[in-house]
Amino acid sequence: MEYFIELFLGGLTRGSIYALIALGYTMVYGIIQLINFAHGEIYMIGAFVAYIVCGVLTIYGFHGVSILIIAGLLAVVYSCAYGYTLEKVAYRPLRNAPRLSPLISAIGMSIFLQNYVLLAQTPDFLPFPALIPDFEFMEPIAHIIGSPELVILVTTLVTMIMLTLLIKYTKIGKAMRATQQDMSMARLVGINVDRVISTTFVIGSALAAIGGVLVASYIGQVNFYIGFLAGVKAFTAAVLGGIGSVPGAVLGGLVLGLTESFAAGYISSDYEDVFAFGLLVLILILRPAGILGRATKQKV
Amino acid sequence: MKGFNLLLAALVACVTLATPTLAADTIKLGVAGPHSGDLAPYGIPAMKAAQLVVKKINAKGGVLGKQVELLIQDDQCKPEIATNTATKLVTQGADVVLGHICSGATKAALGIYKDAKIPVMSPSATNPGLTQSGDYPNFYRTIASDDMQAKLAVDFAIDKLGAKKVAVLHDKGDYGKGFAEFAKKFVDESGKAEVVLFEGITPGAMDYSSIVQKIRRVKADILIFGGYHPEASKLVAQMKRKRMKTAFLSDDGVKDVSFIKVAGAAAEGAYMTGPRDLSTIPLNAAATAEFKAAYGEDPGAFFQEGYSAAMALLNAIEKAGSTDYAAVTKALQTQYVETPVGKIKFDGKGDAEGVGFSVYQVKGGQFAELK
Repeated sequence: MEYFIELFLGGLTRGSIYALIALGYTMVYGIIQLINFAHGEIYMIGAFVAYIVCGVLTIYGFHGVSILIIAGLLAVVYSCAYGYTLEKVAYRPLRNAPRLSPLISAIGMSIFLQNYVLLAQTPDFLPFPALIPDFEFMEPIAHIIGSPELVILVTTLVTMIMLTLLIKYTKIGKAMRATQQDMSMARLVGINVDRVISTTFVIGSALAAIGGVLVASYIGQVNFYIGFLAGVKAFTAAVLGGIGSVPGAVLGGLVLGLTESFAAGYISSDYEDVFAFGLLVLILILRPAGILGRATKQKV
Repeated sequence: MKGFNLLLAALVACVTLATPTLAADTIKLGVAGPHSGDLAPYGIPAMKAAQLVVKKINAKGGVLGKQVELLIQDDQCKPEIATNTATKLVTQGADVVLGHICSGATKAALGIYKDAKIPVMSPSATNPGLTQSGDYPNFYRTIASDDMQAKLAVDFAIDKLGAKKVAVLHDKGDYGKGFAEFAKKFVDESGKAEVVLFEGITPGAMDYSSIVQKIRRVKADILIFGGYHPEASKLVAQMKRKRMKTAFLSDDGVKDVSFIKVAGAAAEGAYMTGPRDLSTIPLNAAATAEFKAAYGEDPGAFFQEGYSAAMALLNAIEKAGSTDYAAVTKALQTQYVETPVGKIKFDGKGDAEGVGFSVYQVKGGQFAELK
């Protein structure tokens, strides 16, 4: 039973990171039907910015939690700037182009950002400081769940509640929902659609950056390539949950994380990915729009 | 009378034909390897090593009072050419052969030398089967075979650390998986410990918490990991976070400063195998200096191993007192010789004892060689 709980918590931790990143994919898709392949790179940039900020703050003598908060905030700000610019440079000019064009542009941006970090920073693995301290009260159960996992779970939960409130109760949230339903109609009633899209990218990037900082601090290393695999997994999670659906992305992330954890724990880690993607295929056969996705008729 | 004459003539003819070998006033050392083509950089340093050794020995009066003659043949690392090379060296009357370089070419040529009863010593062919299959009793090498690292790791885990339950993980790559499979095989064969877990992990995965929990669940004494440092860093960090005492032992791919840099405190106490530090062996530095003096550049791949092989072969002939196959074989297996790769002799299968890898441990942020 203890083993089950350990695997469950491990899966939940991994799943909530997937969920954080998946939200960015699903929100962007919901509004402009674009799969933003460069989203994983935003996550990676978030982690890198936090790494650099940590280095600087350590020199100035800051400590643990204060570094985590400042580095986290700066990582979010930077990633938001990247996300905003990305949309402006690579996707907005292609707004009315055929759907494949922005997709190719997204793949191009992904490759560009990876290599940009590779050249501007380093191809090496860098040690990321363990910003989350070991809490005293956690010590007796540290082998089941450590403080980094706890922080990840709590942060993810808080972030998601805030996101839900933002979408449900704020003006921009309402505008986002309106744009998602019908872009030209939203424009007609006076919603600045371009601003809504930019905001969506910014929010998605912020979530990815939070995920990036949490993961980097959890596993203790950053590299220019970490965004690729995380991006693929998060995209899978988004599709699993029903792309375009916000609760779907969260559910998809958690389901994917738990599946991987249990597959590795009870069967074999050789088959971790086999089970993760097998599940995706299965769900897409049974529910082509994903777990919580609504099948929409394409207007031709 | 007539019959006697004929017999005499036959005898004379026989003697005349046999003269080149019987009345040989030189010891013939064959050198085979790629000396042209794209793999030449692997063969030329060993050839130059042989030339340096022979020059030095000849200057001191040769072996058994005879000068050593080099017979150099190019096999381009190609098995089909290697058989021709071998035939040629046999016909030229080579007493011992230094070569070949590539495992494939070596394997192709070995049968021919075996039939001709010529000891062969490679500085570089690492395929385990060449010695372990027992098919080539005339074969020796001055480099560790591919599985030597795993063998050393397993022996260390079982004999020095007293591990009973061994978890073996790999990164699914050729290098890591090869190491892990050999390690599993050696643990199984030892009979003193059992493999309680053998799995591959996905390189670059977000975290390895499930597999780490699994290692804890099977209560492994030691984790043997085949792979590279990024995954190793994550594994040791997560094991430390789970407050586990399981020892960590890995391969050459982890013996990289990045491992210590990235894993930090979690790397402390981790074991890994890696090539022995040869720089402390005086002969090693001397051989390098000799090469630099002769060619004005740093020696390339397998130079030290080639130098050692040439020394070992000629030393064996000297000790055996003849070029007789059985005597030379016995000398190779019983007489120690000081070479640039250490003081070596060969085991019954032809692998040099004491050559190759050492176990290292991370101590105070440094790799410390455990003797």
